[in-house]
Amino acid sequence: MDQLLILFIAIPMLAFFATLLWQNKSERAIGKIVRFAKVSNILVALSFFVWWMVKSTEPVSYKLATLYETDHFVFAIQLYYDEVTAVFSIVGSLLFFLVATFSKYYMHRDEGYKRFFNTILLFATAYNVIILAGNFETLFIGWEIKGICSFILIAFYRSRYLPIKNAFKAVSYYRISDVALMLAMWMMHHLTHQNITFPQLGEAKEIATATGQSGMAVFIVCMLILPAAIKSAQFPFTTWLPRAMEGPTASSAIFYGSLSVHIGVFLLLRTHPFWEDMLGVKITIIVIGALTAIIATLIARVQPTVKTQIAYSSAAQIGLMFIEVALGFHWLVLLHFAGNAFLRTYQLLVSPSVLNYLVHHQYFHYTPPKQQSVSKIKASLYILGIKEWNLDSMMFTYLWNPFKWLGKQLSFLRSNILIGILAVAGIALLIIGYTNQNIIPSSGDALPLVLMSIALAVILFAFSFRQAALKAWIYLLTAHSFIIAAVLFNASHVNLIEIIFYISGVVLAFLLGYYCLHKIKAIDNDISLNRFHGYVYEQETTGFLFLLAAMGMLGFPLTAAFVGIDVLFTYIQSDQVTLIILMALCFIFIELSAFRILLRIFFGPHKKNYHPIAYRSS
Amino acid sequence: MDTASTSVAGTTHHKKSVTGNPDGHFDEQHILHELKHFLPSQQALKDFIHHNSLHAFQHMKFYDAIFKASKIFGFQVHLQLPEYREMYKTGRIREDVLQMVITGKKGKDAVAEWKGKLISKEYDSINFPRIGQLRANWKEVYQLDLDNKVHPLLFRILCGFLDQGIAIESFPVVNKSFIDSVKEMEQNSFVSFFKTKTVRQKFLSGDYTITKLLKVIVGKEEYFEQYLFDQQFAHHGWSGFVSAVEDNPQTLLDRKQITLKELLEFELLMELDALNHALGNKWKSLAYHVNVPPVNLFADVAKTELAEVIELWQDAFEWSYYDSVLKGISMSDERRMAVNTRGLINSSLKADSGPSFQAIFCIDEREDSIRRHIEAVDRNAETFGAPGFFGVEFYFQQEGGKFYDKLCPAPVTPKYLIKEHDAKSIRKDELIYTKLTHGILSGFLLSISFGFWAFVKKIQLLFRPKMSPAISNAYGHMDKLSALTIENKNPADTENGLQIGYTLDEMVIRGEGFLRGIGLIKNFAPIVYFVAHGSSSANNPHHGAHDCGACSGRPGATNARVQSFILNHKKVREVLATKGIVIPDTTQFIGSMHDTAADVWGYYDEDILSLENAQKHLINKQNFEMALNLNAKERSRRFASINTRQELEQVRKAIHNRSVSLFEPRPELGHGTNTLAIIGRRQTTKGLFLDRRAFLNSYDYTTDPDGAILTVVMRPIGLVCGGINLEYYFSRVDNIKMGAGTKLPHNVMGLFGVANSSDGDLRPGLPWQMIEVHDPVRLMVIVEHKPGIVLKAIQSSPEVFEWYNNEWVHIVALHPEEKQFYYFRNGVFAKYEPITDASEIKTIHNMEEFIEGAKEMETNHIVHATEENLPVYLLD
Repeated sequence: MDQLLILFIAIPMLAFFATLLWQNKSERAIGKIVRFAKVSNILVALSFFVWWMVKSTEPVSYKLATLYETDHFVFAIQLYYDEVTAVFSIVGSLLFFLVATFSKYYMHRDEGYKRFFNTILLFATAYNVIILAGNFETLFIGWEIKGICSFILIAFYRSRYLPIKNAFKAVSYYRISDVALMLAMWMMHHLTHQNITFPQLGEAKEIATATGQSGMAVFIVCMLILPAAIKSAQFPFTTWLPRAMEGPTASSAIFYGSLSVHIGVFLLLRTHPFWEDMLGVKITIIVIGALTAIIATLIARVQPTVKTQIAYSSAAQIGLMFIEVALGFHWLVLLHFAGNAFLRTYQLLVSPSVLNYLVHHQYFHYTPPKQQSVSKIKASLYILGIKEWNLDSMMFTYLWNPFKWLGKQLSFLRSNILIGILAVAGIALLIIGYTNQNIIPSSGDALPLVLMSIALAVILFAFSFRQAALKAWIYLLTAHSFIIAAVLFNASHVNLIEIIFYISGVVLAFLLGYYCLHKIKAIDNDISLNRFHGYVYEQETTGFLFLLAAMGMLGFPLTAAFVGIDVLFTYIQSDQVTLIILMALCFIFIELSAFRILLRIFFGPHKKNYHPIAYRSS
Repeated sequence: MDTASTSVAGTTHHKKSVTGNPDGHFDEQHILHELKHFLPSQQALKDFIHHNSLHAFQHMKFYDAIFKASKIFGFQVHLQLPEYREMYKTGRIREDVLQMVITGKKGKDAVAEWKGKLISKEYDSINFPRIGQLRANWKEVYQLDLDNKVHPLLFRILCGFLDQGIAIESFPVVNKSFIDSVKEMEQNSFVSFFKTKTVRQKFLSGDYTITKLLKVIVGKEEYFEQYLFDQQFAHHGWSGFVSAVEDNPQTLLDRKQITLKELLEFELLMELDALNHALGNKWKSLAYHVNVPPVNLFADVAKTELAEVIELWQDAFEWSYYDSVLKGISMSDERRMAVNTRGLINSSLKADSGPSFQAIFCIDEREDSIRRHIEAVDRNAETFGAPGFFGVEFYFQQEGGKFYDKLCPAPVTPKYLIKEHDAKSIRKDELIYTKLTHGILSGFLLSISFGFWAFVKKIQLLFRPKMSPAISNAYGHMDKLSALTIENKNPADTENGLQIGYTLDEMVIRGEGFLRGIGLIKNFAPIVYFVAHGSSSANNPHHGAHDCGACSGRPGATNARVQSFILNHKKVREVLATKGIVIPDTTQFIGSMHDTAADVWGYYDEDILSLENAQKHLINKQNFEMALNLNAKERSRRFASINTRQELEQVRKAIHNRSVSLFEPRPELGHGTNTLAIIGRRQTTKGLFLDRRAFLNSYDYTTDPDGAILTVVMRPIGLVCGGINLEYYFSRVDNIKMGAGTKLPHNVMGLFGVANSSDGDLRPGLPWQMIEVHDPVRLMVIVEHKPGIVLKAIQSSPEVFEWYNNEWVHIVALHPEEKQFYYFRNGVFAKYEPITDASEIKTIHNMEEFIEGAKEMETNHIVHATEENLPVYLLD
């Protein structure tokens, strides 16, 4: 019976692929597929739950497949089912059912009807992968796919400026969470010398205590709290959440009202056995949760728009859930999650009706306000609330701007000759690095650090580059070659197949992306990155292909590079702090640079005004 | 305490050209006036009043105006060239009409040449608008995105200040102007809205004016006006709304004091703040960097060949429909004449019995179909059309309500108040909107308890949609069993300067004026129904746009009751009789309302009916139910989720469910497809299937030989019908800039508007879901009277004449004696002979089959969408 767990993932995934085959106007056909998926999703969730209850309520583990295995690394797809999974899967399938049914009518004749259902089916798949994951690798697959779905739905109205801006904002936070999770996996691997599964987390904790590696353990937990806090819009990352409400109301409801935003709570619940004894960690989580609950509530109180109000109240409740997890009240968390998810979904779905309802209410119950003196506290809290406690601008000032500034300082890289030399050097080093594997002394050497720094410099430059898109794209490939070279020079022995996995994926993605940009360049000579071009209006397919290319470029679970990227990390030793930080930054900014190219060339207001084009502020 | 609007933008007159002051001197008052004139004038969404989106250009000829507006603001003002061409290929634009249009405008010899241009010549249609170009220099020179720095916070402050009740903690300072309120907050707070101390100090000291700030930011005086236009049109929704609130503070129930001037001052301060913050003192005023002065926004726009091509296409598109309508009218008239001659003997027998009942509807084009079905179900019934406030203008106060609602056309300011009392039902609250869910602790308790109830509610709303307080209910506006204070016996009886009810004389004037207007002065049936209309819909911030336009965007049931009361009044009838209008004692007037979304018909004051009439009413009601079923079926052909071939009752139920379904963004299609306004006797249109595209105003030229009544009848036609038509036109051709875009991502702002996302500009205009079926063609007014009389009527005032003379609305006079059409162009009515062949106008023999067989659009692209709009048919 355990293998039935596959159905949780297979059904929405099959439906996803099936809907890809239809055209936008084939609403009936798409509707049938979605109906099949939403109903069977519930049936599977409920029947498995009943079977599991009857059998014994012991957690179920199931190994689906091993994608890759060597003496030091195993990449397996592992599934796991316990009471946490049970609640998340039942609530998830019910909400998916409701929102899909709602959307069938709501989305009727929208130009993105098909795109919408494709995305929410993919999201349902990713959600089930996450909640059923039995190890970090599997969870990570779901985590990344979910991030992309979020991005696509925030940028759903892709020809307007604000959705694009806010999708990019969300995706930049998401990327930090992805990389943090990668680092957690990396360190866990060094701690336990194996790819551990979630049921083994307790053992991992014991290893940490036994070997006195509490520093490693703390690092791992930090790298788990960070993605949890980001995805659940906790302090200080809360401001992406209200801004993510750009897509159709129904998608905001399921993503930011309910399922997506609670996934951080899930991650904490799932990894709880690992950190349950660490007092400092628990205090940290409580502090984050409490700060979020208080600040988000203060902001919610002054919000004059209905969706942002709901977003902040939801984040505040999730803050309380963080506290509950840390205190170990798990059943309360599950109850709280279910209730909050149902409530916020409903509030968002009916949010347009608030105008009629409250105006009527005002009509009968209005009392003219009386002027009272405004206390300093009240005025300050109001202003802070309206300014969202400066959280958004703080993130800009302290998180993103330094890197932008750094990128701008590197403007000497603009020279064609220099970048040519770099590209050749990178590839040459890569080859030398591989062929001389056994000669080069490894670890502790400065060379990997230099190479990785060059990679980061090139990426940061591409990230702030304002000119030709094709050039920026080539920089990213150059950067990749330096990353690999750095890894090669760092490790004493590297498996050829792993490097091939990685390179094959990146090169494929690069070529695809190059083709797309070249095609646009043939139409329009000026495709510089200093403005939005909006070519998706004329070149929808090319835009889609470039999205795939951008995802492939950063090791999205699309090509073999995905496995490669995970393995690549294991060649960095746990004490190589600088190197791992550089590498993590590389992987954050490669994605951001690639997505920036995608957004600037294909998304945003179309530059050619021969059809209705949105004002920037709309 | 007045909740409705007092002015409407469409009437503003503004002939002065806006080319800045020639002496280069900057004048604040002047620029404020100019900005107000061009900004969108939409008020709070609860009062949705349709108007011409380009009202600021109405003093120009239609085509000149739209091309100029397009060049200045970047609007798309017509369909795209490939779309016209595609419609020509599918036959939607007719070849013979195209030929006729080209001949008319370019001469017979040029037909081949222009046809070539229209059909196949390549044009570069990319528009480079003038707006925003000056201000774009910030980005060019300093890589500084000023909008990004200023807009989000500015919008949030504005929304917080104007908020009507979404925020739990409302703006702390009340009863003060915008600037004073913000100032008080700044003085009282540890934190500031501003980033730099210097600007904060400047703000607090009050030592600034628009001119002074512009000197610092822009520098050169000659650029000031253009800069402000650029700045305000970067968020025309918010600016337009601030300007609308300034002019009509009553559009917000919780009134706010704000002026456009304050917005300009505050925004300039915020810009200065952003510039100082981002660039320190390393920046110079904008003019310093501008080497080539930008083109003046309002400089003349040269007419291009492309514009001429578009003009011909648009005319051809319009006349492809109009021409067949005119042909249909004459064919139906000929047929009626033939039948009359043949059936003279039969009909003389029937004439004694008179009509079985009479029903007076609003002129609204959505009532075209229900009238047709009623006449089909009961062949002796007679229907009329009149503006839906039924000639009685007043404010209405619902029992327990703290405000007055204006129930008459927006430009009218009534002196009367009608109050409701003895209401039987109480409005219920809906728990889901409780603000307690946003607290920390209460939110926690509610989510672990009420959260699960919310789940049950969601199942219910999906599978058993039903009316609830969350839904905008057309009948919730007035209690069915309540009483109204209509008659005033003591003129001293007033409230807030309004007289409560009408005196006898005032009632007589209104009763008589109304009856004469529609030509109903004899042959009264035993029961005359006033049928107002309203619309129920769920989850729809734009619900006001579906209600009665003649009642300031509200359901008109009260007006139906008031006019019924007046005409039932014994003393009123006595006076009317002395004036030649004799209403028999057996005749009774009854108020009622048709819910155009739900297809429900509710009646008021049924208990006053005499025994005999009560029985007749029972029979009539059954007929109305049948007509509603048929009406629902006819409407259902446009709703993909309803199977039109089902049993009538099932279709009707499905239609009803739409109006209470929270997941349904198209409860009804509003005024979509409106194209015609026909002012004449019912017999001119009775034999025609007009597909709910015609405003129908009853008017009997035989009772008005000199056109005195016609002048009154024609007064609101341009403003109301033309306003609706042009708002649909522009929202259709540019749904993104002039419309509100798709409804699906809308976020309700402060209870007065919608925006996309949290930081977006307000979105005036109509949402995509309302205009999807609309053919963007101008209104064609057809008046049944002699051309000379019609001309006199439309020339009665310059505001009325402008609509026709500047071609924003077409007008045709149907000469009742000659049976000839006269089309008005360049100041004269000239004979027009329809070119449509009689064989092209088909006849409908079986309405139900016909509806079932009608084509459905494949996608909502205009080329497909327009195929759903049916041509003119004769009725069997």
